[in-house]
Parts: sequence; structure tokens; C-alpha cells
Amino acid sequence: MFHNLQELRHSASLANKVFIQRDYSEGTTCKFQTKFPSELESRIERTLFEDTVKTLNNYYAEAEKIGGQSYLEGCLACATAYLIFLCMETRYEKVLKKIAKYIQEQNEKIYAPRGLLITDPIERGMRVIEISIYEDRGSSGSSSGSSSVSGSTAR
Amino acid sequence: MKNCEYQQIDPQALPTPTPTPPPHHGKDTEKKKEPRRPRRKWEVFPGKNRFYCDGRIIVARQSGVLPLTLGLILVTSGLFFIFDCPFLVKHLTSCIPVIGGVLFVFVLITLLQTSFTDPGILPRATPDEAADIEKQIDNTGNTSYRPPPRTKEVLINQQVVKLKYCFTCKMFRPPRTSHCSLCDNCVERFDHHCPWVGNCVGKRNYRFFYTFIVSLSFLTAFIFGCVTTHLALRAQGGKGLVFALQESPGSAVELVICFFSVWSILGLSGFHTYLVASNLTTNEDIKGSWSGKSGEDVTNPYSQKNIFINCCSVLCVPMPPSLIDRRGFLPTDESAQTGSADIELPTLAAKSEINVCTQGTKGLLESAALSPLLSTSCPQGKPQNAHSCPETSPALNSDPTSEFSKGCRGNHTSSSHGDTSHPRHTKARSKKCKREALHIPNPAFDVPVSPTSPDAAPDSKAGSHKGGSLTPLH
Repeated sequence: MFHNLQELRHSASLANKVFIQRDYSEGTTCKFQTKFPSELESRIERTLFEDTVKTLNNYYAEAEKIGGQSYLEGCLACATAYLIFLCMETRYEKVLKKIAKYIQEQNEKIYAPRGLLITDPIERGMRVIEISIYEDRGSSGSSSGSSSVSGSTAR
Repeated sequence: MKNCEYQQIDPQALPTPTPTPPPHHGKDTEKKKEPRRPRRKWEVFPGKNRFYCDGRIIVARQSGVLPLTLGLILVTSGLFFIFDCPFLVKHLTSCIPVIGGVLFVFVLITLLQTSFTDPGILPRATPDEAADIEKQIDNTGNTSYRPPPRTKEVLINQQVVKLKYCFTCKMFRPPRTSHCSLCDNCVERFDHHCPWVGNCVGKRNYRFFYTFIVSLSFLTAFIFGCVTTHLALRAQGGKGLVFALQESPGSAVELVICFFSVWSILGLSGFHTYLVASNLTTNEDIKGSWSGKSGEDVTNPYSQKNIFINCCSVLCVPMPPSLIDRRGFLPTDESAQTGSADIELPTLAAKSEINVCTQGTKGLLESAALSPLLSTSCPQGKPQNAHSCPETSPALNSDPTSEFSKGCRGNHTSSSHGDTSHPRHTKARSKKCKREALHIPNPAFDVPVSPTSPDAAPDSKAGSHKGGSLTPLH
């Protein structure tokens, strides 16, 4: 068990990565699949994972929402030859900041203690949510894949 | 040598970004160099784009005929203000130069925004992602030849849509995304590559493009009308058209330019208005993706069946962010540690970076001697891939005649996603590796190195461990 994010970084080795793909059933809006990957079964509860992904999906839906306000913003932007994009932070950017904070918080509270780490999708071109699975280096004989060289003692 | 690959690096010996690489990779020369300035991600961007103003401005590699477009607009408008406006102000109204001025400014601004904005480029898949996708598709492990084109079917609004696999970017393209061979990038909601603006038109700059052509058609029609009125007024009283033209020779030039361009620009505006109202892209329209040519009952799954809503969802949707983070910094520890795995090479636009070619070569050759298997496992994106990609974008008017480089004003788009706060190691390293793969004339770098190593995003220790160990492949 890891107690915090720093400990995770310094005392664990990366075992595997899981990629949560996009869900295109509703079009090209940003939405991720909530299917629970099998690699995480032993690491985290299904409900926690689904909550995280659903919250992220809600954030992205909020960012891309088309309504009266976005219509007004679009007209105003057009009238100024879109120069306001140079001055103002767009709504999407504001929501992305919220998402970054949320992911940081989730990592600290929920995922790092379980040896997992979520990478913000914006760093992967919004294609995937990358979840890194770490193995404690001290643990011996764990069934992690490629790289845990957990010391010579276990051998 | 082989033992060193599995050597575990003691975490205490490796604080955060100081380059203390494994000793066997001959990085002593690197240590002797003075500390390199932090590099930005645009400097290692794998596509064929050029960057100006330290990554703020992005253009396609071939600017097409953008200078011609600008020249025509400036010349015509200039002649209009010089030759026609004084006469018309005197004889008609002073609103004319005002309207003309507003339209001219509008056209110019939207043109520059279309040309210099990231159209919605999708960053290429990281090696881990690519490996994960490969695993899902094909478990036979046969890498001796390129497998047949891969597709994936998804259901969008009860409509079956095929997603194609992009061999250059190593990912399944999202719906409506297409790979532009001129820019060598996958672009979201790809419309077409426009040589007149010297850039692709995609999700992020379509609204600029549409505003540009609409305002340009207004401007052209306005100038045409004013010039005609001007010449008609001058020719009054039996003086004749020739006399009028002699008095105002500039008007003759304007007349010719406007006459020939107004029809095509009006036509283009009308066509794109139709596309916007039905939420189609030029790409889809040309290919007939949703017109049911194959006899099946296909409809456009993205259309909301309402013209107003369609227009809103194309033009008024909140501006999406740029996904390529041009101005983000590459982590310095990664740049330094992976001298053998990632070779920095000068990119197309003359970037003044001193790369680690020389010291990297030695390490590269050492590692190349170790693992010849890497040559098959490393998914390199060589320039030829752009052509061998099964789906080449229909570069509509693609007529790359000349290469001009143009850097005008800065266009700050939303590219700052927190330069330092996020772990971007993986992305940076994979991009670097692919970058060097794309622009390698030097036979010394023919042996590809494993890009599968950089995965430990927050764990620099593991990252360097993998950087040193080339054999344990994923």
C-alpha cells in the first residue's frame, strides 16, 4: 500500500498501463467508456472507477455544451472577428482546469493509495484515459509484467 | 553490457531532474556540455508543420498560395481605397470607405487566423498506447509485413461508422478525423487542406475559414459594385467607358480581379453554407459517405436534422483546445537521460537547437549492437508512411506549387496547459523518438531504438531504467 503520491513515484515501478478508450456512441463529443477493465479488478472497486469516469464525462459534456450562452458567445466572437479568443480564456479552458484539479485530487485520495495513477486525457490528445498500475518494489513474487526488478533477494 | 540493462537504478541516487544516466551509455560527453535550455514541444513535433513566434503560430509546411491570396486582397483593397473611394465619397456617401474598411479588416484577420491556427491536430499515439492497440487487434505477433488495413466499427446514433487505423499516427482515427498527407497529421473533423490559406481546415479553424470566405465574398462583391458605380458615374455624359478607365486605371485592375473571383468565392461560400447547415465536411461530401451511394440506408449521424442547430453546433460550439501543446516544455531530465534512446535532430523550420546527435550516436550504436530485434519492434513513422497510409486525405485543391514561409502576427491559441505541472514525459519522449525517425537522412540512425521505454510518467527513475534497458520490450 502506498500512502501518497510521492511515495508512489519513488518506491514503485511501473507494471502496466490500462487505456480507457473513447465512447463514440453519441457522436464526436468527448466521452469515455465506463467499462471496467479487467486489469483493475484486483486494485480498485468498480464503483469508484465508474464514478471517476462518469464525473469526467460530465465535465467534458459541460465544456462542450451548446446552448443559449454558447450561441451568444459564438455570435459575439464572430462580430469581433474572433479576436476575443486572444484575450479571454475560453469556457473549455476553464473546464479543463477544473478537470486537472479533479484528477489530481482523485489521484491523491483514491488512486495513489491503491498503486494507480490517472493521466489527464488532455495529455494524450483526449483519446484515452491512461491509468498506470504500479507495483511496490518491495513486494516479491508479484505477478507484475515486464519491469519490476524487485531486487535480487527474491531470486 | 547486457547486465547493465537490468540494473536497477537506486532511487536515492536519482533525484528529480538531474541527468545521472547509467554509466555504460557513454553520456560523459553530455555531462560536459553546458546545461541545455529547456526545449518546447513544438521543436520536436513530428508532423510537417512550421512554427513561428516560439510555437505560437503554426502553419503547414507548404504555404501553398497564401502569399498570393494575401497579395490579391491587399492589392485590390489598396487600389479601391486609392482610386475609387475619393471619387465615391465626393459623389455618393462617405460610408463607402468605412464599410470597405471594416470588411477588409475582417477578411484579413480571419484569413490570418485560419492560416495560423492549429486546425485540430491529433497528437500521435504514445508507444504504450500503440502497443496496447496492437495487442487488441492482432495477437499473432507477425511483424514481418504490414498487416492489412484495420478498421473498427462503432455505432453512432444508430448508424454504423467505420473507424480506420492510421499507420502513421498509430491509432484508430476518431470519427470524422482524417490524415492529411501534406501536413502529415491526423486532423479532427477534417474538412480539406486549403492551399489558399496554406493550412488544413479542421475542427478548430473551420469557423475562421467560413467567416473568411463569407466576408471575402461580401468584400469582393462590394468592391465590384463600387468600381462599377464609379466607372459608370465617370462615363456619364457621353464620355464613355474608355475615358473613365483612363482616368482611373486602378479600377480596371480591380474590375478584372473582382470579376473573376467573385463567382468562385460566392460559389464556395454557398457550398460551405450548405455544408454547415447539414453538418457535413467537404471530405464527407466528396466521398459521399452519407449519401447512400452504396445503396444502404445511411444518413448523417452527426446532423441534428435542424438547420439552426446544425449551424450552432458547427460555428458556435465552444472553442476546443489545441491538443498538441506546442509551447509546453519538454522535461529536461528526460531530454538528458535518454541520449541513447532519443536522438534530437533539427526539424524542418530552422530551429537553432544544438542537438545531441554526436554524443547520441555512440550510445545508439552501442545499443544497436545489443538488440537487433528492435528494428522490427519499433514502430517508426518514416516519411514514406505518409504516402503508404491507406487513407490519404482528398486534398481538394492540393496544388503545392511553391514553398513560402510567412510569419506574421502572433496568434495565441489555447495552448498553455500548465507547462510544468503535468507529467508529460511519455508524450515528449515518444514524440522525440518519432521525430528523429521522420527526419533521418543519416545512416548512423538507421537502427531504430525502442520507443517503448518511456512510460513512467511520474517515475523518472523507472523511466531512466527503461531508457537504459532496451531489451525488456513490452
